[in-house]
Amino acid sequence: MRTSTAASDPVRIVDSTLRDGSHALSHQFTEGQVRAVVHALDAAGVPAIEVSHGDGLGGSSFNYGFGLEDEIGLVAAAVQEASRAEIAVRLVPGVSTIEDLRAAHEVGAGVARIATYCTEADVSVQHFRAAADLGMRAVGFLMFAHHASPRALARQARIMVDSGAECVYVADSAGALALATVQERVAALVREIGADAEVGFHGHQNLSLGVANSVLAYHTGARWIDGALCSLGAGAGNASIEVLVPVFERLGVPTGVDGAAVLAAAADVVAPMVQRAQAGPGAGLPAGQSGGFSSFLRHAQRAANRYDIPVHEIMHRVGEAGYVGGQEDVIIDVALRILDERDAVGTVRSNR
Amino acid sequence: MAVMSRASVAVVGPGNVGTDLLVKLLRSEHLDLRYVVGVDPASDGFSLARESGVATSAEGVDWLLSRADLPELVFDATSAAAHLVNAPRYAEAGVRVVDLTPAAAGPFVCPAVNLDRHASAPNLSLISCGGQAAVPMVRAVSRVAPVIYAEVVTCVASRSVGPGARANIDEFTATTARALESVGGAGRGKAIVILNPVEPPVVMRDTVFCAIPADSDQGEITSSILRAVAEVRRYAPGYALRAEPQFDGPRPEWRGLARVAVFLVVRGRGDYLPPYAGNLDIMTGAAVRVAESLVRERVGAL
Repeated sequence: MRTSTAASDPVRIVDSTLRDGSHALSHQFTEGQVRAVVHALDAAGVPAIEVSHGDGLGGSSFNYGFGLEDEIGLVAAAVQEASRAEIAVRLVPGVSTIEDLRAAHEVGAGVARIATYCTEADVSVQHFRAAADLGMRAVGFLMFAHHASPRALARQARIMVDSGAECVYVADSAGALALATVQERVAALVREIGADAEVGFHGHQNLSLGVANSVLAYHTGARWIDGALCSLGAGAGNASIEVLVPVFERLGVPTGVDGAAVLAAAADVVAPMVQRAQAGPGAGLPAGQSGGFSSFLRHAQRAANRYDIPVHEIMHRVGEAGYVGGQEDVIIDVALRILDERDAVGTVRSNR
Repeated sequence: MAVMSRASVAVVGPGNVGTDLLVKLLRSEHLDLRYVVGVDPASDGFSLARESGVATSAEGVDWLLSRADLPELVFDATSAAAHLVNAPRYAEAGVRVVDLTPAAAGPFVCPAVNLDRHASAPNLSLISCGGQAAVPMVRAVSRVAPVIYAEVVTCVASRSVGPGARANIDEFTATTARALESVGGAGRGKAIVILNPVEPPVVMRDTVFCAIPADSDQGEITSSILRAVAEVRRYAPGYALRAEPQFDGPRPEWRGLARVAVFLVVRGRGDYLPPYAGNLDIMTGAAVRVAESLVRERVGAL
């Protein structure tokens, strides 16, 4: 394929291996691993690296899984290791607090990535103000973007921009958007906030469309694109950074990132850390289809083992019941209901 | 037998919480709702108050505190920031306040746990809806076994969360976590809140996790939890367990501790918003219970 020779706008690649990717390792990154990943990404020229519990600062909990190490210590290590890259942290109002943001800022985090469910942007106003007060860059994230119409999503993006966001992401948390549905949403955001802020896209691999969706998002006006080494991330993982970079290069879009270096970082640094294979599209597909949250998968697997129920039955039920990201606690409840129903069926049968 | 006088009360902030409270106050035998004040003439509760013959004003606390006949007690259902501004003014005017915002200016009160402890405090904080749901469970466990860490995950319908609460989500999590410690008896507390916009709206639910020693008496803990649920149901009848408490054995990632998980559902009485809004009902039910108990004490002292 030949591409236009006209100079294209550069794309800002943001790495989420050490945040979204920590879902794949059940939030067990060590300080040594964080240092090695940041060192490699920084050397490759990736301009921003996100480090936090997978569910955001303060996510270490029974509900989401406890992190192995203190995450502020991990942020501090990342800051020390980075010579050029900015270190970003993830803030999810309702889980993370302004206190958490202050602690991260104190050890040198420069970017606050503030995420809400796609219809609830107004809960983040106080967090954007806090980021501005601390002198941090602030970026908004509208999660589960497939659950809102393009117009509704754009209105929510406006709330974040008015609160101080310099960029707002269409976050395809469930990996449920496919091509045109990405473009409609990115276009709506560009129309609404384009004069005041940039637009980003965060893609998941549940339908194997993470990279393709990211490229279409760029062509529709998104200028910040997320990825992760080895596709590490919740569910079927994120768009791979080591694929995004050469694809953008082939399309003549400057990334400022060394493609060979990120490929080496994926193969030599991250691949050996991955205890089990990233759940491929097969395992993540139910989330993409039902629009359930990718991060539910590992918790559903645990409940499936504990209560001896097929994992797909739990995931299906969770999607059907309309639970949203963050409600990992319902998985046990759903498993208990499935057991109850089985018992009830058993009773009816034995009464015959 | 002497006729018991009803205590005059006011509601400040007639939004979702304030309006639900108003409906309950109109039913109270011991509390006489005299004033409903706010700052937005379009607030939901104003028309309902007027229909019931209650004096209203959109000129806020200034108007309320300039009445010749001050109320004995104010329910503050505004926002944490507004409460912090108003609290000293109530104190100066000698008006007691039951605070339904997460401002945490006064001692925390959960009727099922410590109703009597702070009977003389001029400002009582009702923590938060998640706190009202979780604190009795944490206390039920901690009176049987040490709770090293407690966590509550609260999920409420987006529609039931008004602008004041949305501006205060950080205060909600911080205040709830502190109450799990100071009232629930946990070594450390954590609160998570999720707003779910799914239609039809979801009924409020809370999951409470407690980290406990591996050798804790599970039977005792379960019966303590059942007693506490019955206690809360006296003022929030839609509060119920969705399943038996679930015990999990110790795990290395839990630092060798075991865990009990309590799954709650809180259905409201539908006084203002439909029954899905249990988050309103448990707060306003607790508020009425606290105020009636203060009034009974006052009458008892005569």
